[in-house]
This record gives sequence, C-alpha cells and structure tokens, in this order.
Amino acid sequence: MTGNTEIAQAVRNQAGEGLLKEEVLHDMLTLTVEASKLHEILSFLKDTPSMGYTFLTDLCGVHYPDESLPFAVVYHLHNMRANHRIRIKTYLTAENPAIDTVSDLFSAANWMERETYDFYGITFTGHPNLIRILNVEYLDYFPLRKEYPLEDPTREDKDNRFFGREA
Amino acid sequence: MKNEQLKQSVGTGSNEPGKYSTLNLGPTHPATHGIFQNVLKMDGEIVVEAEQTIGYIHRAFEKLAEHRPYNQITTITDRLNYCSSPINNLGWIMTVEKLFGIKTPKRVDYLRIILMELARIADHLVCNSVIGVDSGALTGFVYVFQERERIYEIYEEVSGARLTTNMGRIGGFERDFSPTAMKKLKELLDHLPSVLREFEKLLKRNRIFMDRTIGVGPISAERALNYGFTGPNLRAAGVDYDVRVANPYSSYEDFKFDIPIGTQGDTYDRFCVRQEELWQSIQLVKDAMNNLPEGPYHADVPEVYLPPKQLVYSKMESLIWHFKIVMGEINPPVGEVYHAVEGGNGELGFYLISDGGRTPYRLHFRRPGFIYYQAYPEMITGGVLSDAILTMSSMNVIAGELDA
Repeated sequence: MTGNTEIAQAVRNQAGEGLLKEEVLHDMLTLTVEASKLHEILSFLKDTPSMGYTFLTDLCGVHYPDESLPFAVVYHLHNMRANHRIRIKTYLTAENPAIDTVSDLFSAANWMERETYDFYGITFTGHPNLIRILNVEYLDYFPLRKEYPLEDPTREDKDNRFFGREA
Repeated sequence: MKNEQLKQSVGTGSNEPGKYSTLNLGPTHPATHGIFQNVLKMDGEIVVEAEQTIGYIHRAFEKLAEHRPYNQITTITDRLNYCSSPINNLGWIMTVEKLFGIKTPKRVDYLRIILMELARIADHLVCNSVIGVDSGALTGFVYVFQERERIYEIYEEVSGARLTTNMGRIGGFERDFSPTAMKKLKELLDHLPSVLREFEKLLKRNRIFMDRTIGVGPISAERALNYGFTGPNLRAAGVDYDVRVANPYSSYEDFKFDIPIGTQGDTYDRFCVRQEELWQSIQLVKDAMNNLPEGPYHADVPEVYLPPKQLVYSKMESLIWHFKIVMGEINPPVGEVYHAVEGGNGELGFYLISDGGRTPYRLHFRRPGFIYYQAYPEMITGGVLSDAILTMSSMNVIAGELDA
C-alpha cells in the first residue's frame, strides 16, 4: 500500500476514533493520533504485511507551551519496499507527559526515546532503561522545553546590565 | 540495570569472583577515534557485556538552532559529522529550500553533487584507512591522507575553510567555482584512482587483513533495519537502501551509479562497500564535471540570497534585502518538512518546524551515527576486545554527530 489516502483509510479502520487528524505537509502524510492508541497503530503499521512500515527513521519531541496538550512526540516511519514515508504525531498533557514505549517494536527507538526524555521530560512507559543520555544525570530540568532560556539560568557570573538588558 | 551491575563490580572487584573483570575503554583512548566510553565486562579477552556512555561533547545544537536565523544554522551543521561537513551544510540548505519552495538551477545542483561526493570520498577514505590502522597497517592511512588533503584544498578554494566548511548559501553558492578549484579538482581525479588502487592492493586481498575483519562484528539485515541502520553499514548487511536513489535530491536522478551491497554485514563487508562507493563517487564527480551545465550559480531568490556587494552600495532595494537577510528577517513560510540526504555514514535527516518566525520553532537532526551506535554492544559481545575496536572504527561513528 503506497498511496497517502489508502494508508490514512487503513489507519482509520484500525484506530477508529484514535485518528484525530490527517494532513499532507510537504508531500508527507501526517497523521495525528491519540496517545493511548499510538503503540497499537505503530505495531499495526509495522507488523501488517500489507502496510510494511518496518523502519523507524526518526523519533523526537516538540514543545508547544501555549497549547492545552503542550508536548508532542513525532515519529517518522519508512516503508522501504514501497519507498513511502509517513509521519505520526501525538500530543501529551503537561501534567503527565507519558506514552507507551515503542522500543519493543523498534530497537532503534531505545536511544531516541531516551533523548526525548532527556530533553523534554516525556516518559516512555515500559522503556527498559529510561535515563538521561546526552546530558549529565544530575541535571534537574529538561533543557529543550521552551521555558528554559538558551543561556544557563543557573549562571551567576553574567551581569545583565552589561548586555543591554534590565538587571 | 546492566550499568548498575557493571558499576558495582568496578568498586567491589567482581560479582562472580575470578571470572569477570570490568574494563573501562575510554572516554579518551588512543584506539577509539573520538570521545567514546565503553564499560566492558570481560571474561579474559572475551567481551561478555558492553554499555556505551555518550554525550561527552554534547553542545546543545538543537537548542542553539531554535535561537538562530536560518542562514546561521549552517555553521552548526558543520560540527555534526565533521568528516563530511559539506554534506551536512548542503543537506540543511536543501531542507530550507524545500520549506521555502526554492528551485535551484541545474548548475547549482551539479556543483553540490561534486562537493557532496568529494565529502563522501574524504569520509570513506578516513574510515577505511582507520580500519587499516586498527588492524595494524598504518601505511595506508598516511598514504590516503595526502588525497584527503587535496579534497580539503578544494573545499578551501570553494568556501575558504577546510574542516568546518559552512559551504553554500540558501538558494545556491556565494560564488561560482574558481578556475583554481576546477584545476585542483582535475588534479585530484588524476591522482586519486591510482592511489586508491594501491590502497586496495594493500588491504583488500591481504590475508592478515581478511583474517582480522571477516566475520568480525557482523549484523544481519533484519537486525540492522530494526536498529535503524542506514548508509554503508546497512548496505553491508545486504539492503540496497540509498537516499540518493530512493528520494533523489539535488538532481541525483540525472546520474547513473551503482549501489554496492555486502552479504554478511561484518567489518570486511563494510570496508568493501565503502571502497566500492569511493569508485562510484569518483565516477559521479567526473560525470558531474563533464556535464556541468552553464548558468547562474544561485537561484533568483532575493528574499533569502544576499545581493552582490556593489549593488548593496548602489541600489536601495538591494540594501534593504541585504539588511533583512543579515538581521535574519527572511519570513519563512509556516510548515513542517523532513528532508534527508545520504551522509557519509547514513541517512542524515533534518526535521524542521517553522512557525513563520525568524528562527526555526524546532529543528531535529536525524543523526545516523547516534541511531546505529546503539547496536554496538550486540555486535561485539562474544568477540574479543581487539575485534571490538575494529568493529567500532568500521561503523564510522563520529563523536560530533553522536553527541550533537
């Protein structure tokens, strides 16, 4: 199956209400799905022979602080046989940004989920080893969240007055 | 959990007395080319368990990218895979062009192919000669570095820099290739094949080299796909996936080239696949040079491409564009794009979310090395320590890309 409409139809049949939105962004089919249905949909896309999305290209988080569901996890899947890519997005709450791990389906997801946890604090339920990967383990914030400024907020050696800013 | 056990055994001797020992390989170790730490649980010389620690040179590129205008992000991409900076630079620039919907002239595409293939040659030369070094043959390494130097001189002629090239502009190039660059390119193409043949003669059918690499650090095609392998490492396992063919960019569809694949996915296959890719890349550079179309070296996109300096001083409109671009006010369209290029070691992807602001809302680098390095413990357990070193160098993991 390679057409965008067929894929969307198949996912709709599988997930029902779990498929929230479908759109095509710069030639790539983007499906927004319910977080609780994500694992089911990814496993459907991977393990159904007629779908064949067996390759997880990319997994990353996004933070939209002004939205009611501020955390997004974005999956890029690739059907190499048919050479077709799709993007799956899912949104999580601020209070409990947690989602099922897909590292049982794709070994590649292991570190990518750790990286997403490291940067955004999104918890992947069932992950075998969910610890920080790129940052030091004693870091007490999640640096890619939008509320953290680029400059290290804990630094005390910079006087704002010298940078043209209010003290 | 595994890590905890390993850590404990460092302090308390061994959890099974007399049987296992723990070896800290790295973070700085002469046999690992870059900053990699591996905590190995050893049974004599045999690796029983391994756990990587990464992040030693993490520089928060994704956070930095959220605070920089589009044209200033090119310099960040240099520092990902620094063995093939032009591929990263041009990959990023093509991502932005995809977002803006810019169509570049054929000449730009061909010049880009020349640079990207040169970068691939430089990358593969380093990787393959380092496999030689780690199996005890330093000669090849020193010998092919002369050719890498020629490639770096071409970079220098085109962009002014050697390692962190910051090559190209959104829409094309800042200037056309100079006659000197073309001359150096010709010299390289004259010299490289004979050097490469000698290098191959040194290693490819060398009994010692074959004994050291065949069957070392193998991975099956199925596991490789599950681990997200791309590039030469995946092709060595027997999957003919190459972004240049699957999703052609920069007019790669105009060229005819072969995609070499291996069968065993071991160190020797990875070496051979890279070696064959070198020949294919040389052919691609030759073809691109011979068929280089005439025409402009940049697209006609004044809103993102800096106007010539003399016009900035004499024309109001150019001055306005110049000011806006330099200040980073280029009004990108709102949207999301994913663009992938075939990097030196795999599919290098850029996932860019734009909210129309001066900086990306989110930029994620799909770094091939970060993803496939996960498989390293699986590939080395059961082998001896010296094979583990060889496996790592044959995977072409670059620390800058791994830690972003």
